[in-house]
Amino acid sequence: MKTEISATEAIVTGGGSPARRLRSKADSTGARIRSVLKHAGLTALAVLMLYPVVWMLVSSFRPTAEIFTTPGLSLEGFTLENYTLGWDALSQPFGRYLLNSALVVLGAIVGNLVSCSLAAYAFARLAFKGRRWMFGLMLLTIMLPLQVIIVPQYIMFNSVGWVNTVLPLIVPKLFATDGFFVFLMVQFIRGLPRELDEAARIDGCGHFRTFWQILLPLMTPALATTAIFTFIWTWNDFFSQVIYLTSPESYTVQPALRAFLDSQGQSSWGPLFAMSIVSIVPVFLAFLFGQKYLVRGIATTGLK
Amino acid sequence: MTATSAPRIPRRVRARRGMRESLAAYGFLAPWIIGMLAFTIGPVIASFVLSFTKYNLLRPPTWIGTRNYEQMLQDERLQHSLGVTFTYVVTAVPLQLVVALGLAMLLDRGMRGMSFYRSAFYLPSMLGASVAIAVLWRQMFGADGLVNQVLSMFGVEGASWIASPDTALGTLILLHVWTFGSPLVIFLAGLRNVPRMYYEAAQVDGAGPVRRFISITLPLLSPIIFFNLVLQVIGAFQTFTQAFVVSNGTGGPSDATLFFTLYLYQKGFPGFQMGYASAMAWLLLLIVAAVTALNFWLSKWWVFYED
Repeated sequence: MKTEISATEAIVTGGGSPARRLRSKADSTGARIRSVLKHAGLTALAVLMLYPVVWMLVSSFRPTAEIFTTPGLSLEGFTLENYTLGWDALSQPFGRYLLNSALVVLGAIVGNLVSCSLAAYAFARLAFKGRRWMFGLMLLTIMLPLQVIIVPQYIMFNSVGWVNTVLPLIVPKLFATDGFFVFLMVQFIRGLPRELDEAARIDGCGHFRTFWQILLPLMTPALATTAIFTFIWTWNDFFSQVIYLTSPESYTVQPALRAFLDSQGQSSWGPLFAMSIVSIVPVFLAFLFGQKYLVRGIATTGLK
Repeated sequence: MTATSAPRIPRRVRARRGMRESLAAYGFLAPWIIGMLAFTIGPVIASFVLSFTKYNLLRPPTWIGTRNYEQMLQDERLQHSLGVTFTYVVTAVPLQLVVALGLAMLLDRGMRGMSFYRSAFYLPSMLGASVAIAVLWRQMFGADGLVNQVLSMFGVEGASWIASPDTALGTLILLHVWTFGSPLVIFLAGLRNVPRMYYEAAQVDGAGPVRRFISITLPLLSPIIFFNLVLQVIGAFQTFTQAFVVSNGTGGPSDATLFFTLYLYQKGFPGFQMGYASAMAWLLLLIVAAVTALNFWLSKWWVFYED
């Protein structure tokens, strides 16, 4: 795909009429200067944007006092003390919170993959009564503010004793409540040739086998996008986690970090930075390895 | 849909097949239907009913009619929090989209280093919602934070940006702008679909870059811009994490970052005023719906659909 673009690029910019080529020769010094300036500006902006995060990373290896005096990135007294202090700063070791987060994320991913793909197959490929308005309803839920449902949900989960467990954060995902991913998968399935299903049908496949053996394997990119987005959004989710997880041993990473911030004064910015870095490493890795799917996913749906 | 069944199949067989397909569809949709009823529609209705009650989880809810809504009219903090939220929405969202669009224009045309720039600009939007970044923001814009350290190198002594009511909201707006990467990626994908020949034709006709942007890029990209605007506005009304972390859950200094959702949280969760929180949630829903409807209505004048 990339080479294709640069090929057309070459044709468009390199080809052209002789008059244009002449003009471009005259312009070339100006164009080069402009291109250098553009790259310089873009690089400067990229550095400016990422600098705070890099600075936090470097500062997490510094004694706390230096965090308030050293805006640069030079590292004089390298120390791991912040990490050891931060790890045990709360009532549970930080690993516990990482584990809780991992559990929630894993449950959410599995739930979303299974339930959303099932619903998406029905919306994209099957004819049934009420398809139109059900699909519309699903799209509406994407826009529904979470605040409207969180209070009754809390009351419901509280009455069955699920508060301070991971269940309120996982169970709804088993029921395709993330309309965004249903939509993403519907869009993707609509792009797959219908002949595939028909051929499978002629060969005697039922709907479930058609879905399971023909479409699901082809949906890998959409499934990967779903998995990675679910990972990042669930990992970063704060609102519902801070509501459902109030006892320290049930904390996931985000509420834990917030509790740490609350309980500490100025003296512990070092350990705070260290645990902040720990908390974003998984997201960073997901971004690094899943960027292709993230970009493709948001490009196909046009959603965030 | 029905085109799949060949015309020679008798109607009765076709009907039976259609019914079987419907049944299969409901099977596939079963989890979604249950989830929709139990976790979305049910709670939405419950929330509406609760908004007419007083309920603290301990004693059963008592019906108080429209008193929660009347109380909202008197609640100055609530009105203030609406002001904060609106200010945020009308500044942060357009700013972010304009920056994203501007950079998308610069980055188009398969330039060298494209994937590097895209990654660098996109990464912040993956991190922006996390508590870690809010922690960083709180340090950066604190009295001895990174920003003031840099400023002092130029001889400027800055006070705490977070602790001042005049600038606290500004730091959160900046945080939102910082996450322009996700609309940027969408705009880049959209720009790729603009036929190149339009630009060439315009160039031949002597249209300069500004004219080309206004007459070609903007109209063709407008559906995507609109879509992002709608969703970003809805999202921005629900901003919570950053304000919560930066202000320690108080919405301070002097309520400068008291977002509507933060106030709702205070009422509902530490406060257990479930009825009032539900009424607030419904107010939010109505506001979001009205603003979205307004957005759609306004789109008639600026969004251009090709066919």
